[in-house]
Amino acid sequence: MNKYITAYYLDEEKLLKGLKQVKAKGFKIADVLSPFPVHGIDKVLGLRRSRLTRVAFIGGAVGAIVGFGFQAWVFTKAYPINFGGKPFFAAPSFIPVAFETTVLFAAFSMVFAFLIVSKLLPGNDPVIHDERVTDDHFLVIIDVAEDSSADDIRNIEKALQEAGAEGIKYKA
Amino acid sequence: MYVSPIREPLIRGNKDYSQVTKDILAPMAGTPSKYWYMGIALALSAALFGAWATYVTLFTGIGSWGLNKTIGWGWDITNFVWWVGIGHAGTFISAILLLFRQKWRTSINRSAEAMTLIAVMCAGFFPLIHMGRLFLGFFIFPYPNTRALWVNFNSPLLWDVFAISTYFAVSLIFWYVGLIPDIGTVRDKAKTKIRKAIYGFLSFGWTGSAKHWSRHETVSLILAGLAAPLVLSVHTIVSFDFATSVIPGWHTTIFPPYFVSGAVFSGFAMVLTLLIITRKALNLEEYITVNHIESMNKIIILTGSIVGIAYMTEFFIAWYSGNEYEMFTFVNRAFGPYAWAYWIMMTCNVITPQLFWFKKIRTNVLITFVISIFVNIGMWFERFVIVVSSLHRDYLPSSWSMYTPSVVEVGLYVGTLGLFFTLFLLFIRVFPVIAIAEVKSVLKTSGENKNHSEHE
Repeated sequence: MNKYITAYYLDEEKLLKGLKQVKAKGFKIADVLSPFPVHGIDKVLGLRRSRLTRVAFIGGAVGAIVGFGFQAWVFTKAYPINFGGKPFFAAPSFIPVAFETTVLFAAFSMVFAFLIVSKLLPGNDPVIHDERVTDDHFLVIIDVAEDSSADDIRNIEKALQEAGAEGIKYKA
Repeated sequence: MYVSPIREPLIRGNKDYSQVTKDILAPMAGTPSKYWYMGIALALSAALFGAWATYVTLFTGIGSWGLNKTIGWGWDITNFVWWVGIGHAGTFISAILLLFRQKWRTSINRSAEAMTLIAVMCAGFFPLIHMGRLFLGFFIFPYPNTRALWVNFNSPLLWDVFAISTYFAVSLIFWYVGLIPDIGTVRDKAKTKIRKAIYGFLSFGWTGSAKHWSRHETVSLILAGLAAPLVLSVHTIVSFDFATSVIPGWHTTIFPPYFVSGAVFSGFAMVLTLLIITRKALNLEEYITVNHIESMNKIIILTGSIVGIAYMTEFFIAWYSGNEYEMFTFVNRAFGPYAWAYWIMMTCNVITPQLFWFKKIRTNVLITFVISIFVNIGMWFERFVIVVSSLHRDYLPSSWSMYTPSVVEVGLYVGTLGLFFTLFLLFIRVFPVIAIAEVKSVLKTSGENKNHSEHE
């Protein structure tokens, strides 16, 4: 992302309307930065539904198996202890701990996956296009191809302007 | 989206997004007020008292407490259950109300979750110290050791270890994931270089990208879905500590739902106690409005009534079971030497919350504050009654006994209260007390100027 154009909106409804117009003209929107999640933007930008739910499911399944399996192993193989003549493999009493490990593994695997795929890690130094993005500005970023002429850039800028965007800037 | 014209706005004062940021970040800027210093001085002195009590407990043993052979659990477990219960409101607000799409939670979820984390820390301290040797606390975890010995997975006390530590860990990441975007806001609004660097580090490089937001929402929703059954499991397992024993008065199947509703009940009371002060002190009355207080009061009526019915059911079943020991325990609770504790519990938990049926009372901030304190006291006594009055007269009258806490036990309790308020006061200085991004996302549909935007 060497060359790009940024522009901002101050209202999420105008943003959505504007994005649709820009998209209809055939320009590809690279990203939109917003102070809060704008509903309906996923469709406009063509974002896929997050697959993090699957990570959570797999994490949870692993947690359940590890939690239950570990207890079963301890009480039947590693160190069987006779508690008042009760069975060694006391499945019902393994459920609470297995449930907790399920939740723990599911939650942590999903959150770590989220942070890693989004490259959100402590010490990250992201490009801050506009400090007002986390306040009240909705910033649209459109990539400009390396070999594009001044006309191409002007076309994008014009499209943004017609779509009601403000503060259009070209950055190389 | 259709917005009922009758429904009152969640956020008052005709705000735009930038004003929201400014209002919520305001308490973090500048030097703290003199009330903040007074508060933290008081809280720290209480914590210091607790540190002394911990020192005495560690160096002389739990003989320094008022426990005896008959009464092996006293204030320690009472406080443990009380603190865990308080924690439950935070998760209830952030997880269960999120799943039910209750938008009013956005103004209170951040601080309630912080309260949860701190309360669980205070709670976890008691089981650790009641073992007498805090430095051997790691024995409760199953770790490979030279004796090749594992922990007893059949014991509810061990389930507790897993429940509480999982609860703390999951609440922590849930809270932090929600905080990341707001820390980004703090970073971008920071005036000094150091502040910018610290919050920049903590924000994990948040930019507000649409893809990140989309993932963030998915993660929040799934975490809520995980935290909702988790919070129910935690107090269920805490109640198993009692319910799976064979002590009359503890051995009842009603305990899990009764404990969970009691937990949410006491937790909401503590949220109210804290937020009524916070909204006033930090000038956030337009965000945490009387409507929010009223909504919380409605949850207090609901859970308080469940608790009331549970008390009566317990008593009924003690009689209906025909078990003379069970009946004796309950008659002893209500009319024995600890009757005073029982009736404090009944008054505070069953009668006072019923006052909230009157709209005048549940929309009155001062009365709500007083009642929330009553509920806190009542729920503490509930645990005291369950723990001590069930134990103090067992099957053998020669071993009947009474229990009075020593100054060391009082110190431990006061110490955790001090720790709680110290950490909460630090929290309101360090992080935004209200979820900024979430409030902004409901501002259009639920703010005071919602009607203007609809007719545009």
